[in-house]
Amino acid sequence: MAIKLGVPSKGRLQQSTFDWFGARGVDLARTGSDREYAGAVKGVAGVELVLLSAGEIPRELRAGRIHLGVTGTDMVREKIPLWQESVAEIALLGFGYADLILAVPKTWIDVDTLDDLDAAAAQFRRDHGFRLRIATKYHALSREFLRQHGVADYQLVDSQGATEGTVKNLTAEAIADITSTGDTLEANHLKALKDGVIHKSQAALLRSKSASTNEADDKILKALLDQLTR
Amino acid sequence: MMNTRQTRIKAEAARLSAIFIDAGAIPVETACLQPAETLLDLYGEDIRARAYVTHDPQGGEMMLRPDFTVPVVQMHMNEGAEPARYTYNGPVWRKQQAGSARAREYLQVGFELFDRSNPAASDAEVFALFADALKGKNLRAATGDLGILMAAVSGLSTIEPRKSALKRHIWRPKRFRQLLERFGGGAPVLASRAALLEAATHTSPADLCREAGNHVGLRSIEEISARVEKLQADAAASPIDPAEMRLLESILNMREKAPVALENLRRIEADMPSIGPALDRMEARLDALATLGIDVQALDFEGSYGRTTLEYYDGFVFGFYAEGRADLPAIASGGRYDALCEVLGQGRTIPAVGGVIRPELIEAMEVRDGD
Repeated sequence: MAIKLGVPSKGRLQQSTFDWFGARGVDLARTGSDREYAGAVKGVAGVELVLLSAGEIPRELRAGRIHLGVTGTDMVREKIPLWQESVAEIALLGFGYADLILAVPKTWIDVDTLDDLDAAAAQFRRDHGFRLRIATKYHALSREFLRQHGVADYQLVDSQGATEGTVKNLTAEAIADITSTGDTLEANHLKALKDGVIHKSQAALLRSKSASTNEADDKILKALLDQLTR
Repeated sequence: MMNTRQTRIKAEAARLSAIFIDAGAIPVETACLQPAETLLDLYGEDIRARAYVTHDPQGGEMMLRPDFTVPVVQMHMNEGAEPARYTYNGPVWRKQQAGSARAREYLQVGFELFDRSNPAASDAEVFALFADALKGKNLRAATGDLGILMAAVSGLSTIEPRKSALKRHIWRPKRFRQLLERFGGGAPVLASRAALLEAATHTSPADLCREAGNHVGLRSIEEISARVEKLQADAAASPIDPAEMRLLESILNMREKAPVALENLRRIEADMPSIGPALDRMEARLDALATLGIDVQALDFEGSYGRTTLEYYDGFVFGFYAEGRADLPAIASGGRYDALCEVLGQGRTIPAVGGVIRPELIEAMEVRDGD
C-alpha cells in the first residue's frame, strides 16, 4: 500500500500545488511526456501521486480512493453533501482564489442586491410566463444560497462552461459562476450583485476520512502532514 | 417475505383507507412518475431539493411523486363532478438533507374534498374525519389560518406592490421579515440605490441603462424602466405605520386555544377591519367543528402555523403531532389550497381542502409506546 495524493492534472492550479509542496520540501513532478498523466513524489517515501481533474478530486476523497487531495473549497462543498463528515480540511493553500458569485447584466440598473433579484424575478415571470433563468454548474451551492436568502421565481439551468455567454445568447438571464478578477464578467457586460457572494473559494489540502490505511501508511501520512503543516 | 413492521404499517394504512372510503371517498391512484414541469412551475427550484428528479429520453424531466395532491387535483379537473371526495394510499418520495434520518420513501393515506358550497363545513369535515381516524393515538392537534394573515397584509395602509411582495413571501418567514422591516422604514437605503433614484429625477431610465453599458439578455430596457418607476413609487411611499406593524406582529405571534385566539383577533379587527371576513370564516369553522363533536375549547391555534410548508395552503391549516415525540414530523397534516387549484386550473376556481396521514409514523410511535 501507499498513500495516494490527488492533485489537479493540469494548468495553473497544478503548478501552484507543485510550488506549495516544493516550498515544504516535498517535490512533486510529472513523469514521462507532458501529455502523460503520471507523476512522482520525491522527498518522502511511500507517497504516490495521482493526477486528476480538480472536479473529480472531491468524489475520490469521499470514496476513499485517495488519501489526500488538492482542490478548490468550492468543489468540495458543491460535490460532497455534508462534506465535513467525509473529508477534513488540512490547510488552505493561499492560491486559486475565486469567488462564486451571482451576476446580472450591467444594464439592470434596478438590480443591486438579492432583494432586487427576487423582485425582478417575480416581475419577469409575469412578463414572460416562465421563471428567470440562472445559468450555473454549481447547482447545490447556488440553490442552497438562494433558498437561505428567500429568492423565489427563478430556475437554475445547467452550464458547464462559457457561462458568462449564456445571457447574451438568451439561454439565461443571470449567472452564478466563479470569478477571480471580474474581467470576464466585464467583457460580457455583467456585474456582480453586492450581496451575491455564494462562496469565497481557494485551493485546499484535504484528507479523506474513509481511505483505508495500514500501520505503515499511518506513519507515512503523519510524517507527510507534519512536514507540510510545520 | 414481508417483515412484521411492514405488515403493521400496511394494516394501519388499510385501516385509514377504509375510514376514508366509509366517509364517501372514491379511491384513486396516480402515476409514480410525474412530469417535472408542472411541479417546478408550482413550487419553483425549491422542489428540486425536495423531490427526486429523473430523466426520460422522450418525456424530459420527470419527478418521483412528492405528494398526491397535484395529480389528484388534475384528475379532478379533467373528469371530476362536484362535490367530490377522493382517497389514496401509496408511497411518496422526498429527498432529505444529507445526514437526515427522515424517510426518503413513505406511505401517505390521504383524503381530498372538492366542494364549493360551504367552505367552513368542508374544513370542519376534513379535520373531524382526521381527528376521528386518529382517535386514541394521543396526538396534539395544531391549527392555523393563512387566510387571516393574507387578509391582514391586504389591510395594511401601504401601496399595492408592497402588499403583493409580502403575500408572495408569506411562506418564507425570513424574507417576509426583511421586507416588513424595509417597508417599515427600518432598513438603510443603499448608496447605489439612492444614486439611481437621484439620477432618475433628471434622466430617463432608458438613458441610464444605455449609460450603464451594452444591453444583453432577454429582460428588456422597458422591463427595467418599469421597475425603476416602481422603485421611485416605493421610495415616495411613506413607511408602514408602526401601529399596523404591531397588529401584524401580534397575529404572527399568536398562540392560544382557538376560541381565545378568535376573541383576540376580533379585538385586532377593530383596528384592522380587513381581517373581518377571514375571521367570520374562522368562526363559522369553529361552529362547524363543534357541531361535529370536536372540543374547540381545547384546540390550539397558531398565527404562523403552515408558513414553513411548500407554498401550498392558503386558508385553514392543521397538523397532528405525537405528544412528547419532537423527533417525529407531523403524523398528519392538511389544509385548504384554493390558490393552488386556481393556478392548476388556469384561473378556474376549485375550492379544495384535504390532508394526509403517514402510517409509518403511527407505527413508529406505537412501537415506542409499547416498549
